[in-house]
Amino acid sequence: MSVVSSAAQGMGPKPYGESTGEVCVALEFEKPIADLEAKIAELEGFATKSGVDLSDELSVLRERLAQLKNDTFENLTRWERVQLARAPGRPTSLDVIGGITTGFVELSGDRAYSDDAAVVGGLAYLEGEPIVIVGHQKGRDTKENIYRNFGMPHPEGYRKAMRMMDLADRFGRPFVALIDTPGAYPGISAEERGQAWVIAQSIQRMARLRVPAVAIVLGEGGSGGALAIGVGNRILILENAWYSVISPESCAAILWRDAKEAAKAAEALKLSAFDLLELGVVDRIIPEPGGGAHRDPKATFVHIKQALLETLAELKPLPPEALFEDRYRRFRGLGRFQE
Amino acid sequence: MALERLFRRRRAKGEARDVPELWVKCPNCDAQIYKKDLEANWYVCPKCGYHMRLSADKRVELLADEGSFQKTTGLKPVDALNFTDTEPYPKRLERYQREAGRPDAIVGGRCTVGGVPSVLLVMDYAFAGGSMGSVVGEELTRGIEAAANENRSVVIVSVSGGARMQEAALSLMQMAKTTLALDRLWARRLPYISILTDPTTGGVTASFAAIADVILAEPGALIGFAGPRVIKQTIRQDLPEGFQRSEFLLKHGMVDKVVDRRKLKETVADVLKLLYPRD
Repeated sequence: MSVVSSAAQGMGPKPYGESTGEVCVALEFEKPIADLEAKIAELEGFATKSGVDLSDELSVLRERLAQLKNDTFENLTRWERVQLARAPGRPTSLDVIGGITTGFVELSGDRAYSDDAAVVGGLAYLEGEPIVIVGHQKGRDTKENIYRNFGMPHPEGYRKAMRMMDLADRFGRPFVALIDTPGAYPGISAEERGQAWVIAQSIQRMARLRVPAVAIVLGEGGSGGALAIGVGNRILILENAWYSVISPESCAAILWRDAKEAAKAAEALKLSAFDLLELGVVDRIIPEPGGGAHRDPKATFVHIKQALLETLAELKPLPPEALFEDRYRRFRGLGRFQE
Repeated sequence: MALERLFRRRRAKGEARDVPELWVKCPNCDAQIYKKDLEANWYVCPKCGYHMRLSADKRVELLADEGSFQKTTGLKPVDALNFTDTEPYPKRLERYQREAGRPDAIVGGRCTVGGVPSVLLVMDYAFAGGSMGSVVGEELTRGIEAAANENRSVVIVSVSGGARMQEAALSLMQMAKTTLALDRLWARRLPYISILTDPTTGGVTASFAAIADVILAEPGALIGFAGPRVIKQTIRQDLPEGFQRSEFLLKHGMVDKVVDRRKLKETVADVLKLLYPRD
């Protein structure tokens, strides 16, 4: 696991605060940090205006802030990571595509029913090499989220993804999938058009790729809707992303009969990047900048790109059949039981 | 996805109350049926044709040629995640094992079906609502691989609330594993028939159950991705009559045939004979 410091990019992390936009919203567990930052800012303002020397007090507070940040982010609970994975401003698939590739040509439609805005995909260059890239797409604000159906695809979204897989195979381009969905859409329209059927088909189609396939869990890896584009030779995951058979809320609603027990469910499900690495469900964790990917998207892109390039370089020497067999072996070994 | 609890409630309502007495009341038409008659009729109500839930062992009896079945399943589940909700997973497992009389939610083995060499794999609803964890995924995968190696067809009977929550991401991965295994069969041009029974939802529908050469469903079975309760919560309106039932899926092009249980063996054997390699 390699870390590229965000300072190397000349981009400072975004400050905490209450408004959206350039400033990030403080998540529930980040409130003490935001409060302390506000207090420091207030004192700094007062010192400048009044000319009173508060440098001693300020340095004490800054030290305390550094300590608080450290304590908070060194010991994140799984539920806190879930919140980071959903944080407003967290880079979406289109942000990542823009951040790590050049010359992106977006393609649309499933050639059968419609174009699903919850899945995006197309052709692009990664360090000069043409690739095919697909991802779940969430909105960056409420209006866009409604348009994107909160990143929950219908069957046509998965059919679009399968079209992209066809392109990757036909033209021998590496296939990259970006996972960020609460789950496949659970609605009448989706069921009528065979949601389960297309997810199964998409799993099968991706498994059959004869080109290198890499899946990256960016934020939320919600169950079968995530796995549908998750059958890569390698699965990478951002440090604060989650990937699970069911969302913590739904799990809590069923097992604890109370969705408010989601924090407990998140712990029980072992859905964090670190848990999944231990279980062999993912192969590599991509580090996030301090405070989460949304605080410094540019640094996040650098980390993603580096991990992706290294992974593709590993897979590139493998001939087409070996790539298929590698994927078979990778998933064949998953599961724990007693003979 | 894993809706065991919901289906446990459904079972209480939808399944024939197995009173030690000689009579069983049909949950659909309320007819009093002599239990021996019901058994002889594969738990289909002789009055209204309602399909009650059939045990996994009875399924094997229904589909495998008489005396041909050799069981291969028997793997035991483990608590890989140290999962505890309102009770620890190992305690749940003990209870499920006691209730179902087998180590996990599947029974399978080699057999012939209408004379065609096959591997038959049957999920068991009596074990945790037929939920799929590592054992179910591994048994399916081994069965499919064995069929590919031994030139056998595959018949899988699904009944499941979906992936098993207590094995979390490992359960999810069984969807990929089983789906990948089917490619081995495909490469050998061996047929695979998927039989969907009440209920089949979640990660089971969205993997091996939905990508068969031929998909059959029993009448009136609930089959889908999301469970009806989840959909209702999402859209906040009532679901249309017959939504997600076998007949609905037939109409929408998702299954090949809705087959009465009493004709199931015959239909499966017919299809296998038509698809199985001729030399």
